[in-house]
Amino acid sequence: MSEGDIETRVRKIVVEHLGVEEEKVTENASFIDDLGADSLDTVELVMAFEEEFGIEIPDDAAETIQTFGDAVKFIKEAV
Amino acid sequence: MFELNGKAALVTGASGGIGGEIARVLHGAGAKVGLSGTRQGPLDGLAAELGEGAFALPCDLGDDDALKALPKQAAEAMGSLDILVNNAGITRDGLMMRMGDDDWAQVLDVNLTAVMKLSQASLRGMMKARWGRIVNISSIVGETGNPGQANYSAAKAGMVGMSKSLAQEVASRGITVNCVAPGFIETAMTDKLNDKQRDGMLAQIPVGRMGTPDEIAAAVLYLASNEAAYVTGATLHVNGGMAMV
Repeated sequence: MSEGDIETRVRKIVVEHLGVEEEKVTENASFIDDLGADSLDTVELVMAFEEEFGIEIPDDAAETIQTFGDAVKFIKEAV
Repeated sequence: MFELNGKAALVTGASGGIGGEIARVLHGAGAKVGLSGTRQGPLDGLAAELGEGAFALPCDLGDDDALKALPKQAAEAMGSLDILVNNAGITRDGLMMRMGDDDWAQVLDVNLTAVMKLSQASLRGMMKARWGRIVNISSIVGETGNPGQANYSAAKAGMVGMSKSLAQEVASRGITVNCVAPGFIETAMTDKLNDKQRDGMLAQIPVGRMGTPDEIAAAVLYLASNEAAYVTGATLHVNGGMAMV
């Protein structure tokens, strides 16, 4: 799985789940502050990432995933 | 009103009197039903009686692995899991002065912790579908207490508090979480009472009779329906006026 591929798949999940425009999902875009997610959305996103990439994201790690960039970085290291 | 065509419901404790009737009523309203319980015989019998869209899913809720796997099995058998009815429950009655640790732990495990775990494992699909119903069968004693049932009433009161918290967490996703709290209902358990016990019980019930399993099932059907979308975190008391709370 290439790094660009991971980014594309993560972006797709975020766009679908939060119903935001693709160009808003930038490296530093915060799920809660910039993309309008609530706390339950962030839990759902983490669960969707786990399912998509077949990985497990522990709660303490999940808390550090605040932005799109954080998510991509974590998943790249985890897969 | 109150039709459930296209929905799939998992009912725990479906081998018992109340659980079996809940399954019948939900199935009658058009839902597919997953029948869970510990006794295979009654589950198979009920599945055969209901016919198409009914699935026996035996499970011992005291077995953690089996319990966590149950919602997935139900979703696989029925195609989805939209409605969870946590009806299964056990009693280990005794005065608290003499209550053993096991009697306390088993009742809390099956009547409260299993409800949490089943709800948790069922929520993912409901969140995705943006529609879900969790109906927990509590008891009047969760509200009033009852001598000899410290464990059971603690679990049932805990279930109400848990339901209210979860109701707030998932309300924005079209999922409601409610309780039905039966009073004295005619079941195999109450058949064992002698006349004196029965008369003593009836004296406390303004309606003047015991309730029937279908009167509990009707309350569950309401809370499971689309029409109850604006009801969440509630406890519907079905007790003949025995406790007006």
